[in-house]
Amino acid sequence: MRTHGTLTEFELALIILDLADGCKLRRKCGIFRNRACPTIEIDSMKIHEYQAKELFRSFQVPILQGFVAKTPEEAKAAFDKLGGTLAVIKAQVHAGGRGKGTFIEVPSQRGVQLTKNGDETAAAAKNMIGNRLVTIQTGAAGSVVNQVFVEQGCKIARELYLAVVVDRAAKLPLLMVSSEGGVEIEKVAEESPEKILREHFDPAYGLMPYQVRKLCKKLNISGAAAKSAEMFMRKLCELFVKLDCSMAEINPLVITEDEKMIALDAKITFDDNAMYRHPDLKELRDVAEEEPAELRAANSGLSFVKLEGNIGCLVNGAGLAMATMDIIKYHGGAPANFLDVGGGANTQQVTEAFRIILSDANVKAILVNIFGGIARCTTIAQAIIEASKEVGFKVPLVVRLEGTEVEEGKKMLRESGLAIISADNLTDAAKKVVASVS
Amino acid sequence: MSILVNSNTRVICQGITGKAGAFHTKGCKEYGTKMVGGVTPGKSGETVEGLPVFDTVEEAVEKTGANATMIFVPPPFTADAILEAVDAGIEVICAITEGVPVIDMVHVYDRVKRSKSVLVGPNCPGVITPGQCKIGIMPGYIHQPGKVGIMSRSGTLTYEAVWQTSNLKLGQSTCVGLGGDPIVGTSYIDIFERFQNDDQTEVILMIGEIGGDAEEKAAEYVKNHVTKPVAAFIAGRTAPPGKRMGHAGAIITGGKGTAAEKVSALEAAGIVVAPSPAEMGDAVMEALRRKK
Repeated sequence: MRTHGTLTEFELALIILDLADGCKLRRKCGIFRNRACPTIEIDSMKIHEYQAKELFRSFQVPILQGFVAKTPEEAKAAFDKLGGTLAVIKAQVHAGGRGKGTFIEVPSQRGVQLTKNGDETAAAAKNMIGNRLVTIQTGAAGSVVNQVFVEQGCKIARELYLAVVVDRAAKLPLLMVSSEGGVEIEKVAEESPEKILREHFDPAYGLMPYQVRKLCKKLNISGAAAKSAEMFMRKLCELFVKLDCSMAEINPLVITEDEKMIALDAKITFDDNAMYRHPDLKELRDVAEEEPAELRAANSGLSFVKLEGNIGCLVNGAGLAMATMDIIKYHGGAPANFLDVGGGANTQQVTEAFRIILSDANVKAILVNIFGGIARCTTIAQAIIEASKEVGFKVPLVVRLEGTEVEEGKKMLRESGLAIISADNLTDAAKKVVASVS
Repeated sequence: MSILVNSNTRVICQGITGKAGAFHTKGCKEYGTKMVGGVTPGKSGETVEGLPVFDTVEEAVEKTGANATMIFVPPPFTADAILEAVDAGIEVICAITEGVPVIDMVHVYDRVKRSKSVLVGPNCPGVITPGQCKIGIMPGYIHQPGKVGIMSRSGTLTYEAVWQTSNLKLGQSTCVGLGGDPIVGTSYIDIFERFQNDDQTEVILMIGEIGGDAEEKAAEYVKNHVTKPVAAFIAGRTAPPGKRMGHAGAIITGGKGTAAEKVSALEAAGIVVAPSPAEMGDAVMEALRRKK
């Protein structure tokens, strides 16, 4: 569930692991093991596989035929409509690792299954729809499956891996392809990064035909398959640029026995900053897939990430917010969240920020750290006063204000009669808030 | 001296008739910046804070002799505004706007690199040479003319560093907010080069973040090209892996781009690294001591 909108060369190799089967990294670090982990999407919208494939279709990126189903009956009908002898039924959740994932209610059911007839498809759909799928990315609570995707089967000759991202260091979009498809991409990135082929492209011209020829040569793809690859890769890169994607990943990308390159899976995330020019894409957002508090924060224009500690933080600026978490830890405390109210925060936003922080039962104290630039200390002071009227602070509140309109802001707080612990500097603030919870 | 801007810099504001543009034009003017005008298409003839408003940057440059701009236009128009400033031959372009689409910046970056303009930002607080010229949104009063050159991707964390160095009576030569977006116009290395060649700057403070490898590359550059003392702080030591913390840049991916790795790369280059954000000023003092 991570965001990979923008990466440096350095990150890319690592990211592949992440892209391939997102949770491996997280599993490695162990921080979110066995707990429902919050989504990380602060500024990168995700969509479902079936939605991504509809977009692929409109850009002529080759996919197999498939239908969405919300009931077992619809799933059976979808199988029949496909008219083949084999189909794949896939649970539609944003999390990766579905193939190995299992359902809480029906432990024998996997998130992806091959079916040979309509009844089998209906039975699998029955096990999936309305139930919670647990994958290495979802955490123990799992994600509720509201729909499934029933897709044609195909005869696979070769499996590849493909991703497009924006490379921050090169300041260009980057296409990456590897002959080592499937879930082992993590190992490839670690052990033989040279097997991941890279082509930067200029968004104004798109991926050039010669770049595909280079890739095909190295991947040993020729004939009709190479023709198909040219169409596939160039169209996908076009989609990436035109739809303002932050990441597009296809794993596996397959070459069929009849030499066609086809996307078997499809993951796309979008640059939220560009969504103003894609009103139609906004509608693809599935709020059921998002962490409620983080979604609520996003709706108010706040950057919020829930963490595990007990000290709520309200800070302006991402860097200062991270540094505030750092200094809380440095003095022996544990932050309950990352919260950046942003530069132009108004009273409503800051009040909402307090509501979100206080909705976490773990929070035993709050540290407000504001260094006013655009954000004025008076705005923050006003918001603290209004929030206290509305929500009431039952936990200690340590406030450190500095910057634009600081004296007026401090005065407002003093005269409000609120029980606020005021702090003079960062160290003082951190020590006071840590002391208040211990 | 100083870098990028000084008392001779003539500044316009693109988006001067907007709320933020007008507010910060006033702030910069009060600080003593030579604000000479503003641009909002369709509003020529108006005045803001006593300054003339023009329809185009070209016209503003012609009539006022402006050589720097601060951009406050909304994100959908920012790429256009930056390129208009480049076209008009503006030397220093500070794009304050937050929320510019990444693909827009791919185009803009390419054009800026082929021009004589320097782009700072987007999504940044701006540039200030204390006592001479403030372009941007930083609170002016925390600064003090002096010897520390400061650069950072984070606005408010820069203020924190400025405040600490002012309290230690070190003061600042110039402070540059590079911007928190994935693609920004100016890198740490660009600014290290300028600070190294600037007489007023005696010590350099770099404020970095987790994620990416820009800090490691900067460390390598410092090792080979910077003879002045350097201090640093890396924000995000306690950020959980895989999480993006507001800045697109600030994301840890399992074990790489971590604070620990960055700190060791910086220390290996002889840079003094502050253990906590409250000790950035002390790290600068230490860097000065060590070089003596």
